[in-house]
Amino acid sequence: MLDGRSMIRRRAGLRLWLSAGWLALLCLAALLAPWVAPKDPLAQDLFLGRLPPFWVAGAEPGYWLGTDSLGRDVLSRIIHGARVALMVALIAGTITCLIGATLGLLAGFLRGWVDMAISRLIDIWMAFPPVLFSILLIAVLGPGLISIIIAIVVIDWTRFARVVRAEAMAQGAMDYVASARVAGRGRIGTMIREILPNVLPTIVVLLTLEMGIAVIVEAILSFVNLSISTDDPTWGGMIAEGRTSIHQAWWVLVFPLITLFLTVLSFSQLGEGLKDRFDPVLR
Amino acid sequence: MAILRLLAIRLFTTLVTLSGVAVIVFFVIRVVPGNPIAMMLPPGATDEDIARLSALYGLDQPLVTQFGIWVAGVVQGDFGTSITTRQPVLDLVLGRLPATLELSIMALVMAVILGGAAALTGTRFRGGRTEGAIDVANGMALSVPDFLWGLVLILLFGVLLPLFHISGRVTPSLELPFTTDFYLFESLIRLRFDLWADIVSHMFMPALALAIPLAAIIGQLLKQSLKETMNLDYVTLARTKGYGETRVILREALRNAALPTLTLVGVQFTFLIGGTVIIERLFSYEGLGNMAIDAVINRDLPLIQGIVLLFALIFTVVNLIVDLLYAVLNPRLRHA
Amino acid sequence: MTFLSIRNLSVRLKKGPPLLRRVSLDVAAGEVRGLVGESGAGKSMIGKAVLGILPPSVEVTGGEILLDGTDLLRLPPAERRRRIGATCALIPQDPLTALNPSHRIGPQITDRLVDILGWTRADATARARDLLAEVQIPDPDRVLRAYPHELSGGMRQRILIASAFAAEPKLIVADEPTTALDVTVQKQILKLIAGMQARHGTALLFVTHDLGVVSKVCQRLSVLYSGMVVEDSSVTDFFAAPRHAYSAALLAATPKYTDPAAGLLPVPDAVIDAVRAEVAAHDRGAA
Repeated sequence: MLDGRSMIRRRAGLRLWLSAGWLALLCLAALLAPWVAPKDPLAQDLFLGRLPPFWVAGAEPGYWLGTDSLGRDVLSRIIHGARVALMVALIAGTITCLIGATLGLLAGFLRGWVDMAISRLIDIWMAFPPVLFSILLIAVLGPGLISIIIAIVVIDWTRFARVVRAEAMAQGAMDYVASARVAGRGRIGTMIREILPNVLPTIVVLLTLEMGIAVIVEAILSFVNLSISTDDPTWGGMIAEGRTSIHQAWWVLVFPLITLFLTVLSFSQLGEGLKDRFDPVLR
Repeated sequence: MAILRLLAIRLFTTLVTLSGVAVIVFFVIRVVPGNPIAMMLPPGATDEDIARLSALYGLDQPLVTQFGIWVAGVVQGDFGTSITTRQPVLDLVLGRLPATLELSIMALVMAVILGGAAALTGTRFRGGRTEGAIDVANGMALSVPDFLWGLVLILLFGVLLPLFHISGRVTPSLELPFTTDFYLFESLIRLRFDLWADIVSHMFMPALALAIPLAAIIGQLLKQSLKETMNLDYVTLARTKGYGETRVILREALRNAALPTLTLVGVQFTFLIGGTVIIERLFSYEGLGNMAIDAVINRDLPLIQGIVLLFALIFTVVNLIVDLLYAVLNPRLRHA
Repeated sequence: MTFLSIRNLSVRLKKGPPLLRRVSLDVAAGEVRGLVGESGAGKSMIGKAVLGILPPSVEVTGGEILLDGTDLLRLPPAERRRRIGATCALIPQDPLTALNPSHRIGPQITDRLVDILGWTRADATARARDLLAEVQIPDPDRVLRAYPHELSGGMRQRILIASAFAAEPKLIVADEPTTALDVTVQKQILKLIAGMQARHGTALLFVTHDLGVVSKVCQRLSVLYSGMVVEDSSVTDFFAAPRHAYSAALLAATPKYTDPAAGLLPVPDAVIDAVRAEVAAHDRGAA
C-alpha cells in the first residue's frame, strides 16, 4: 500500500540525513576553517571590491562566491562565520540544556516543594515576553558574544524544564521505577540510572531545536550590531552589510543568507526527524 | 454578567502584571555596568560635567529614591526624558506606536487569511496530495523564523522582481497631510488612495514576513481541529440535509473548530508583536521596535524603560482581548 | 409502492474486508423496516450508504440504491446530495452530539427548508414551531432561540425528531435513536417516533439491536450477520417462527417481556459456525 503516509515517512528519513549531512559539513568547515578557507577572511583589497561569484562575467579566479565592498572573500567569511555560529549553538545550547533539563528532572521526579518552587519559577518566566527579556538583558549586559549566550540561557531554560518535567513525571509513575526503588536504589540514583536514560531522547530533540534557535539569535544580534564588535566575520554581520549593498552586489547578502537558512532549517528538521524516530518513547 | 466579571478580574491581573514588569525593568536596568552619561558627552568632558548631567537626570540619587521619583512621574504621565534625543519618552514612544500597531495588525490579518485558507483547503481536500503539500509548506514556514523570511522576501520582491518597497514607511518625498500617526488608516479615511497604496507597498513585505510563521501555526492547528470536527455527529447530520462539503466545512465546522485555535493564536500574536523589533530594523520601518534597538545600542535607559513598558502593556491587552473574544464566541460561556 | 430499493449492495473497507455482502432490501412508502444484528453486522452501514454519509475509509464496490426508481450511486455527487436532502432524513443515535453547539435550535431545524427547499424564513420558522408542539415540547418559541447546551438529552432527541420530519421526507433513517437515552425516556421517544411516522406516513428504516423495539414499531425486518442479510420477513412471521437458525438463536437471546425470569440463551456456537460457513460460501459464490 503506497499512500501519502508512507511517502512522507520515506521523505522524513531523507530529510534527517540531508539535515545531518549539511550540519556535519558545516562543523568540518568550522573546525578546519584556517585550512579550507581559500583566502584570509579579514584581508581587504579595495581593488578587488564587489567581485561577482565565479559564473558571472567579471569574476576573479579564486574568489568563488565573490567579494564584499572591502574586497574580502565571501566564501572564506562564511566558513569562518560558521565558527561563531556553531560555537554559540554548542555553548548556549548545552548550558541551556544542562540547566533546564536538570531543573525539569528534579521537579518532575522529586515532586513536592522542589516541584512547587521550580514550577512557579517557570510560570513567572513564561509570563515575561521573550523579546522584552532579550532587549533588557542585552541592554544590561552590553553587546558581545558572552551576553548573547547568557541571554539565550536565561530566556530559554524553561523550554527544557517544562518538557523534561512532564516527561520525568510520566516516567516516574511507571512500574520499573518502583521496582528499582524496591531493589534499594536511592532517589538520586534512581533518577540518574532509571529516569534519565528514558528522558534522554526528548532532551536530545530539544537540544537540537535549541541550537537552531541559538544560531538565529546570534545572527539577528550580529545583524543589528549587538554581537561581537570586532571585524570577525559573522553571518548576521555579512547579511547586514549585504542588505545595504543589495542592488550593487546581491551575492554579499545571498550566500550568507542561504547558509543561515539551510543551517536553521537543518537544525529544526533534524529535531523533528529525531522526534519521529523516537516516537514510541516520546508519546 | 459573566463577561463583566471576567473583564474585572482580567483588568486587575493586567494591572498587577504591569506593575511587576515596571518594578523589574526599573531595577534591572539600573545595574547596567558603564555610565550612560559618559557616552552622551563629547570626549574630554570633565568629571564635573558628568556629575552635573547625572544630577539633571536624577542618576546621582539612591536607587529607591530614583524609583519613587520615577513612579510619581509615571502616574502623572511623565516617563522621563530620552538621554539621546532629550525629548519626553512618552512623546517619542507614542509617536512610534501607531506604526508598529498598523504593522502588527496587518500582519495578523495576513496570517489569518493565509492560515485560514491553508486550513480550509487542506480540510476540503483531506487525505490527498493537496493536504500533503500544505503540510510540507506549513512545516517549512514553521522551521524558519520571520527574520529569515524577511530577507528572502527582500530578495524575491525587492530585487529579483521589484514589486514592493524594501525600506521605510512611506516614500520620503511624498507630501503627508496627516494629523495622526496612523498613516494607513488615515490615508483611507481621507480617501488618498495614492498615499494608501504607497504605504501598503512599504508595509507589505515586513507584514508578510511576520505573518508567515503565524500563518503556519494557524494553518496547522485549525486544520487539525477542523478535521476532528468534521467527524462529529452534527456535521454528519448536516450532510444528510443536502449541503455540499464546502458549505458543511464553513457553516457547521469552522466556528466550533476555530475556538480552540483562537487562544493559541492570541499567544502567538504576542510573539508576532515581539518579532516587529527585528523586522522593523530589517525593513528600516520607523516603529517602536526600530527605536528599541537604537535605544539599546545608545544605552538610552529612560527610553528603553518606556518601550519595554509599552510592549508589556500591548501584550497584556492582546491577551485580554483574546479572553474576551473567546467568551463572546463561545455560547456556553456567554450564558453561563 | 416501493420507495427505497437496495439491490446487491456491497461495501468494504478500502482494500480491506467486506462490510456489506450483496445486501438487498425494499422499503415501501409508509412502511417501517427494522434492521437488526449484532454490533458490527453492518446495519448502520446500510443507513449510511442510503444517506450518502459513508465514512471516507470505506467504498461501495457494487450494487444499486434505488430511491424512487433512481439509482443514487449513478448520480453526480451534487445531484445525489440534493435529492437525499429533499426526500430523506436522519434521526441520529446520540442527541448530545448531533446538534451544533454554536447555532441556536431554530436555524438547525429550518436550515434545510430555507437553503435546500427554498422556503421563506418566516414559513420555515412557523413550521418549526408547529413541529416542536407536535413532539410535545413546551414553549416552542423559547426553545427555538435556545442553544443546545441549555436543553436536556430527551428534549434534544425530540428536537432531532421534529427536525427529521421538517421537510416531510419520504424516508427517515433512525439509527438506534433510543440507545443513548435513559430507559424511562426510551419508551416515550419510541412512542413519539411511531406516532409521528403513522401521522406523516413516512417510510422508516429503523436500525436497532433490540428485537423488543422491532416488535413494537416495525412491519418488516431484515436480520444481518457479518454484512449479509440472513432473513427478510414480516414481523408477525418472524416472531411466530423465524426461518433462519441464526435469527432463531438471536430471538432466543433476547429477554422476553412476558417472562423475564426465563433467562438468556447465548447464541450457540454451532449456529455461529453454520452462519459463518454460509457467509464464506456466499463470498465464494460472489467471487
